[in-house]
Formats: sequence, C-alpha cells, structure tokens
Amino acid sequence: MKDLHHHGHQELPSDMALRVKALESLLVEKGLVDPAALDAIVDTYEHKVGPRNGARVVAKAWSDPGYKARLLKDGTAAIAELGYTGRQGEHMVVLENTPRVHNLVVCTLCSCYPISVLGLPPVWYKSAPYRSRAVIDPRGVLREFGLELPQGVEVRVWDSTSEIRYLVLPERPPGTDSLSEEQLAELVTRDAMIGAAKVAPPAKGVRP
Amino acid sequence: MNGVHDMGGMHGFGPIEPERDEPVFHARWEGRALALQLAAGAWRKWNIDASRHSRELIPGPEYLRMTYYEKWIAGLIELLVQTGLVTRTEVEKGRPAPGTTKAVPPLTTAQVPDLLLSRGVRYTRDVQATPRYKAGDRVRARNIHPTGHTRLPR
Repeated sequence: MKDLHHHGHQELPSDMALRVKALESLLVEKGLVDPAALDAIVDTYEHKVGPRNGARVVAKAWSDPGYKARLLKDGTAAIAELGYTGRQGEHMVVLENTPRVHNLVVCTLCSCYPISVLGLPPVWYKSAPYRSRAVIDPRGVLREFGLELPQGVEVRVWDSTSEIRYLVLPERPPGTDSLSEEQLAELVTRDAMIGAAKVAPPAKGVRP
Repeated sequence: MNGVHDMGGMHGFGPIEPERDEPVFHARWEGRALALQLAAGAWRKWNIDASRHSRELIPGPEYLRMTYYEKWIAGLIELLVQTGLVTRTEVEKGRPAPGTTKAVPPLTTAQVPDLLLSRGVRYTRDVQATPRYKAGDRVRARNIHPTGHTRLPR
C-alpha cells in the first residue's frame, strides 16, 4: 500500500490493465509472444499509420487526374503507389463523393476499417450507436456530425467486410486551386474520408 | 449468427459521441491487447473469421457492457484455450503450469513491419465456379442464420 500513498495523484491500475498485464506475462513466460514485438506493434499503430496516409492519397487524387482515375479503378494498387499497403487495407475500394452522391462507410458487425490509410478506427466508429444507425438513419447520423445534406443528394452507405475496406474520396473544397498537394493534404480530415464530414475550405488568412 | 454484434438497423442505442483529439489508445492496456492478439495470431492457430466469431460468442449483455478491447481480450483468451496454447488454469493463475517448456515466439520484432505494413493477407482466390449473379442484378436475400460465423447481416 505504500506505493499508493506515493502515487496518490495517479489513478490505480484498472481491472483490465491488471488482467491484460497478467495475460501478457503468461504468454511471454511461455514463449508464445515476444514483448519487443508487442512494443513494435503498438509503436506502428501509434506512430506509423494514421489518417495522414489517407489524406495524401486524397490530395494526390485532387491534384492528378490520372492518379484519381487509377484510384477509382483499382484503389489497392493506386494506394500502394504511395507506399501504403498492409494489414486491413489489402482490398481497397475508393468511393467518390460528388455534389449528387455522398458515401458513408460503416462496419455494422464490428470495426472493419481501412487501417493502412486511416490507422485504427475511432471509438465512435466502433460504437453501437454508429453501427446501428448508419444504415437505417444515415442523414440523422450525418446531422449529428454537423453535416446537413440537401434532399436531392443521394446517400450511399457501405458496410465493410473483413476483406473489402472503403475509403471515401471527399469533394475538393472551393478556394483551393492554388494549394500544393501538401497543403491540400493538411485540409483532409479522417471523418471526411469515412464520409462523416465534408472537407472544409481553408481558413481565411491562410495563404498558399 | 445474428447475435447482438449484428447491429445494423437496430434502434435505441442513442446519439453518436465523437471525441475530439482522440488518442490511438485510451490506456496502455488497449495497445497491449491489440498487440497480444496479433502476436498470438502469428501461431496461425486461427484466422480472422475465427477471431471475430470468438468475440461474437460473447453473451449479449456482456457484449453491450464491454469496451472494444475488453471484447478482444475475452475473445483472445477463448482462442488461446481452445487451441491449447494455454490452459484456463494458467490464465487464472497468470503463470505457466509447472514443468512447461518455453516455446519460441513465431513473431519477432523484425517481422512486425512485414506483418502490419507490407504483406497483409490477400483474400482473393482463383475459383473454377461461374458466378450465378453479376453486379447490378436484382436478387432476393434469404434470411439464413446458422449458429456459426457469418458475415450475412440480419
């Protein structure tokens, strides 16, 4: 108990923290997993894959019509051109948002997500409210994200599978003609690549 | 199976609550839970469908109560026990049974980039069968719910 007093400002380890620690020790002691490999896995998902990958794909598609055509034809191959490959991005389909069609991606059964381009999914994507409602009330879901779509816009909802993962290619916002690919990538958000938002125009005062 | 995990179209789960500036993991153990699943998976005792099914078998009330990575740990323990990599007693005690010989982990640090970033698992297969339908055909879906794992929604 002495440590508790020393570290009174810290939270006590949760029940799950202790259970996972115990399981890890067991698997390490049995030689079933290598703790350094576990560190490398965590480091990869914390630092090496994330929505910046997808943002570069989107920015390139906005800047290079040839690339955009390849991306919509064979998402996996075009994304691999930028070096983004790997687990849970093996079979990529890219969905183009237009003024008439808005695409929204969900995994109703669990949490399938294009990890190679967006990293690990946010909690809301894995939550019961999103999984249940995206397919039955997509416009209501989008309103909660602050996006009110005109009635004339068709909403297409894509339920991911273990194998096929979707990336939304958002509309390029107005006022971005003079931006470089890097500057465009800065504008692209994770939520826009799921279809839960649009990409906002650059804030006033930002000069290319 | 059409368990509670098959959530598409259900009512009553309330509003979506996106979190601003969400961290990749909300606690250290969440990252370890993900890493343990992948590293133990390198024994190739189960595939992605089996690991999903192990989470789908979590009883409904518990499934709804558990956080995401709690489900992963619950599913992983079941797979480890079912495939004989560990015993339930070992899980309860948190240490290997006396006299256990130490194995050599199949996943090394050097192999992690290949596992996560370069190789992936390709799911396409060459098949001889001719598909009965093509994209765009109008079909009527049957409501089939075997008790095992299926990706067919309710």
